[in-house]
Amino acid sequence: MSDSGSTFETPGTQVALEVASGGPSEGDGHRTAVPIPTARLDDPHLQEAARFPRRTEAIIALFLLVGIGGVAAFGAAYVQNAPSWVLALSMGVGLFAMGVGLTAWGKYLMPQGPFVEDRHPLANSRRDQEAMAAALVERTGVVVKRRKLLGGLLGGGMGIFGIVTLFPLLRSLGPLPGKTLFTTGWKSGTYLVDSTGTRIHKDQMSVGGILTVYPQGKENTDRGQAVDQTVLIRAQLTDLVTMKSRANWAPTGYVAYSKVCTHLGCPVGLYEQLLELLVCPCHQSMFNVRDGAVPVFGPAPRPLPQLPLYIDSTGFLRAQRGYNQPVGPGFWERTTEGNGTA
Amino acid sequence: MITTEGPRARTRRQVQQSHGKYGRVQVAVNELDERLGLARGGRIFLDKLFPDHWSFMLGEIALYSFVVLLATGVFLTLYFVPSQTIVTYHGVYKPLDGIKMSEAYASTVNISFAVRAGLLIRQMHHWAADVFIGSIVVHMARIFFTGAFRKPRELNWVIGLTMLILGILNGFLGYSLPDDLISGTGIRIAYSILESIPFVGSYLAFWLFGGEYPGNIIIERFYIIHVLIIPLVLLGMVGAHLGLLVRQKHTQFRGKGRTEHNVVGSPMFPTFMAKTTGFLLMVTGALALLGGLAQINPIWQFGPYEASKISYAVQPDLYMGFLDGALRIMPSWQWTGWGHTIPWEVLFPAIIFPGLLFNLCFAWPALERWFTGDNAMHNLLDRPRDRPKRTAAGAAVFALVFTLFCASATDVIANYFGVSLNATLWFFRAAVILVPIVTYYLTWRVCVEMLHGGRHMGKRKRAMVVSRTPEGEYVAAPSDMRPGDEHSELRPAPVPEQIDMEPLEPVGATTTVSSPGIRRVRR
Ligand code: FES
Repeated sequence: MSDSGSTFETPGTQVALEVASGGPSEGDGHRTAVPIPTARLDDPHLQEAARFPRRTEAIIALFLLVGIGGVAAFGAAYVQNAPSWVLALSMGVGLFAMGVGLTAWGKYLMPQGPFVEDRHPLANSRRDQEAMAAALVERTGVVVKRRKLLGGLLGGGMGIFGIVTLFPLLRSLGPLPGKTLFTTGWKSGTYLVDSTGTRIHKDQMSVGGILTVYPQGKENTDRGQAVDQTVLIRAQLTDLVTMKSRANWAPTGYVAYSKVCTHLGCPVGLYEQLLELLVCPCHQSMFNVRDGAVPVFGPAPRPLPQLPLYIDSTGFLRAQRGYNQPVGPGFWERTTEGNGTA
Repeated sequence: MITTEGPRARTRRQVQQSHGKYGRVQVAVNELDERLGLARGGRIFLDKLFPDHWSFMLGEIALYSFVVLLATGVFLTLYFVPSQTIVTYHGVYKPLDGIKMSEAYASTVNISFAVRAGLLIRQMHHWAADVFIGSIVVHMARIFFTGAFRKPRELNWVIGLTMLILGILNGFLGYSLPDDLISGTGIRIAYSILESIPFVGSYLAFWLFGGEYPGNIIIERFYIIHVLIIPLVLLGMVGAHLGLLVRQKHTQFRGKGRTEHNVVGSPMFPTFMAKTTGFLLMVTGALALLGGLAQINPIWQFGPYEASKISYAVQPDLYMGFLDGALRIMPSWQWTGWGHTIPWEVLFPAIIFPGLLFNLCFAWPALERWFTGDNAMHNLLDRPRDRPKRTAAGAAVFALVFTLFCASATDVIANYFGVSLNATLWFFRAAVILVPIVTYYLTWRVCVEMLHGGRHMGKRKRAMVVSRTPEGEYVAAPSDMRPGDEHSELRPAPVPEQIDMEPLEPVGATTTVSSPGIRRVRR
């Protein structure tokens, strides 16, 4: 194309309207197979779909103008630090109108054809396929089969490296669970405190009252909030026996359950006072406060673990000991003990 | 080419004369072609034909909302602080003044109130994510019901499905980043779901969270996965998806001149490009309108996350709804024994069920090939009714997912209709089995009916003329065709190599072509 100047007609000259098919013409160097004839401008395939092109053009122009106005208004609104609905309206309407205009231009005022092109089969010849397979199989045979030892060593080495890399990759991500999931911050004698760290006195709550409590000193820690959180409910004025084996766990009607739902760990944050049910807002598991928080509805499979309480000589509520089972949702290592009855 | 005048002084005609008919463009093409050899391929690309059907734009919605996601996402990374360090908020938004919160939450509130256009961009990002996932689902429904996933396009089906899964995952991660009360609960649930996996669950959970829940690193980890790892994979997959589309060429519905071995449509340049660029603008505009006018995820109302607090109406983002529904209606079956626990009540609805569902989708092209024994190439699309069983199966899966989605609102439904929660629960437990079966049967019936009964569907109705023969017999026959009754399509022609742009007749004259479908050309 270095001498392009001479191979092209100068403007103004009438180009041959139709090029004889097969005849070499300027520009057909791109396609060597079958040269496609030049189309005349009135070729029906090049016609626009609009029935009234002038009117269509006017409408599209209107859309584009709205678009220009919109994006310009967006710029002004941004400079003025306008509220976001103004920004959205200007930008949204502007871009949308411009998009409608451009799409309509493409749809109604550009050649639609229908044009056709061949789909060339993707597959190569059988011979090519065979050659590829042969290269894979035979060359592997030559290299690996003949040198089984080397192949084995290489494979083994890569395998070992792969496994070895997993260790730093995974182990550095976090500690092993160990016994973490089995423990909470509740120890024997721990004071119950509210979120501000204040101890709970036995006269503090009236019947029907509910409070989220933490082990003293843990109320502001992540673990205290996520794992140790416990709901304290005053169910009645006399000692409450939720189960036979829990005779002295709820002195003067103060009963405490883990607040971590046994389904998926949401805080069991709702208390239905009339029915004395603790309700988890996530999937509506309901736990009966009087019977040891046995689930009466919903997907939770286990009762909420109960925290044994006592009232010390000064009248403050304390834990007899920690929970007798892991709190929260189930996991593989969780043992069966404490499933509701213990 | 060496002239005494500078290039500026030359007229257009002079430039054309020195460079050839196509002027500077020709020079540019030549220079590029000499270096990259792109003239032939580029020309073929400009000629590339796109079959036209309204349903082919569904994938474009997904593509363009992805573009919007990337653009708005980059903006958000400039202001978001992925940190769980606790700070005391003293910002523009007064109701939260003096409240302790993580930096992640504080910076999100900041984006919403203090950054110029921040709220708009944040909400656009959220809307774009929902539109992205939604449009992928609808697009895949189109692919499925028209059989576009068949050979040779199985790989693109797999890539698309993977993008859907990654999209859902990334949506969840992004939803979690602000560290507000509702999303924090979502993270807690995700942790518990990981924990439920037998043998390795607690290890996986500890490794992902860097220790026991909540730890202080999860927002940072989610952040890097959300803004780098998954988007990078998605970007690669979008490229592969489009590359395969170009290589294998688009499918088309049956029609005049359309065969398994050709493509009929309008060319890439300029027609398709104009339409699709316009569509990009429309999608962006629509998302901007949504982002500024339709509030989504107002995290400043939820408050910062605290592990022992919970808001009343806990709802995950839209696309997670079906999993939440499955968790709700699953019976509380845990298995315990030999000192171990398998929490089926979590494991089945949250891990096994979606695993089965997505694997069924992955395997469908292979399954269908195996069942029908059809290993041929398919470039022509089915109408859904042409394959009653496939259509029915797809409808059943959608019915199942939709029922589960509705089940995620058991409490709302129970409240609204004043029925007991228990009745609602059992209603959905029954519905989740019955609705898909009924849907399957009904869809199958409708398809079969349409296939056998409605052969003339879609054609223009013609008047029936009832006439009486001399013998007294009545005969009904369709009336003669009137002009315009049958719209005649042109025979598809190859894209012309050159278009003769010179005026054929003096300006002002009109050319009238009489063959059908051809309109006047005014000059
Ligand atoms: S987390 Fe409590 S019911 Fe699901």
